Amino acid sequence: MSPTTVAVGLALGLAAGILAGLFGVGGGILFVPTLVGLGLGQLDAEATSLLAILPTVAAGALRQHRYGNVRWRDAALLGVSSIVGVQAGVLIATNLPEDVLRRLFGVLLLGVAAQLAWRAYSSKA
Amino acid sequence: MRLVAIGAAAGLFSALFGVGGGIVIVPLLLLAAGYAERPATGTSLAAIGITALAGTTLYAFEGNVDVGYAALVGLPAAAGAIAGASLQQRVPVRALTFAFSSLLTGVGIWLIAT
Repeated sequence: MSPTTVAVGLALGLAAGILAGLFGVGGGILFVPTLVGLGLGQLDAEATSLLAILPTVAAGALRQHRYGNVRWRDAALLGVSSIVGVQAGVLIATNLPEDVLRRLFGVLLLGVAAQLAWRAYSSKA
Repeated sequence: MRLVAIGAAAGLFSALFGVGGGIVIVPLLLLAAGYAERPATGTSLAAIGITALAGTTLYAFEGNVDVGYAALVGLPAAAGAIAGASLQQRVPVRALTFAFSSLLTGVGIWLIAT
């Protein structure tokens, strides 16, 4: 990693975190394109994003716990049930050509963008 | 049983796209499990911790996880997210959302076109 990569990575990471907190979206949706921009392939960017979101998720879950917003039994059931889906997702992602995976992710971003715009449009300020 | 199905769907989505899966869990908790918005967000975050850990572990076996890059963007992001969440009370989020939505659209098109 060159000093430039480190500086750009730190700045983009900070910006991604602020945007995620501000607009209530997950960090992953911003980490993946950030990591691709830093030079990782799509699959490595997605895998690395999952590790990168853990500190943000842990901090967010703790804060929500203090507000009394976490139902831990349900969260544990959801999380444990997700493991079978995760196995399928890893299997699919590792077998898809990377450019197909990257385009699918691009489509996901367009969907999130449309959903955000719709939410802002339909909420009366 | 509904929670099991929601979890499995979220896990698939999370691992396939490298995201937490809140975009799947939160609406499903609201629509299919009778949750209100705040508990849905909080419970989703706790569940994502397990999902992302499982995804990281499985991808690590495939050799796709770069710990250095994860720390490089993940640690400043955790600090940024706290700042962003508190900024939410003080800035006109609704107006800014259209700018953010345009940014995501631009990045989406870049990923599709390159």
